[in-house]
Amino acid sequence: MNTRVSIQTEDFNLADEISALRKNDQRVGAVCSFIGTVRDHNVAPTLGTDVSSLPPEGAELARGGPSLRSSAQQGEVLSMELEHYPGMTEKAIEAMIDEACARFDIFAARVIHRVGLLQPLDQVVMVAVTSAHRGESFKACEFLMDYLKTQAPFWKKEQTPEGARWVDARSSDDAALAKWGIQAANG
Amino acid sequence: MKVTIKYFAAIREAIGQGIEVRETLAVNLSALRDELLAASPAHADSLARGRSVRMALNQVMSDESATLTEGCEVAFFPPVTGG
Repeated sequence: MNTRVSIQTEDFNLADEISALRKNDQRVGAVCSFIGTVRDHNVAPTLGTDVSSLPPEGAELARGGPSLRSSAQQGEVLSMELEHYPGMTEKAIEAMIDEACARFDIFAARVIHRVGLLQPLDQVVMVAVTSAHRGESFKACEFLMDYLKTQAPFWKKEQTPEGARWVDARSSDDAALAKWGIQAANG
Repeated sequence: MKVTIKYFAAIREAIGQGIEVRETLAVNLSALRDELLAASPAHADSLARGRSVRMALNQVMSDESATLTEGCEVAFFPPVTGG
């Protein structure tokens, strides 16, 4: 069987990965892929942070000035270090692909996630799925990303002008997985 | 019994090591966590009950009721943030 999951420091090429995934399979009528990349900024933590000192939502509008909330929470990202749990990360994503294959009518799926030091613009993660019709690969691709976000052991540490900080989990990612009927409590 | 304990990300940094092997009488993850809380101030702080700590037993996400076995691998880490 072809490799379905790769955790690697090297970059990847989407076209090459899709060619390999299709591998002359004439049943395939749809290929859906997603790539996550490194932004040069990040909104700060929605969880695990004391927000009581921040002005209430809308306060900046009343003042008519620039948003204090955004300027305080918007951080420039110089680079990002990704850590994972060798062994468990691969197993967890393999299990997610098994689950996607059980839920959706798809032929093949491939997940690549980079680790180590990454810069803004770098590719971080790729999910690609093949199926006969587009609906199933669209759904499976989104499902795999939603699942990966809250259940695959990766941790991001951002280097910012103010120093390094571990990225906090977002409750919106738990909500994204909940729409598939899976309750996560990552955040 | 002997258990291997792994720490990741902010918890690994706070405790100052990524892996330790311990002899323990703890029957489950909850009891092991209690034992670790007494191991050092860094353990006590980073694994405190009020904190968001996720756990894995033998590389599968688990809750505190999961039963330990001889030679098992346990991990403590913050909520995950990949993707």
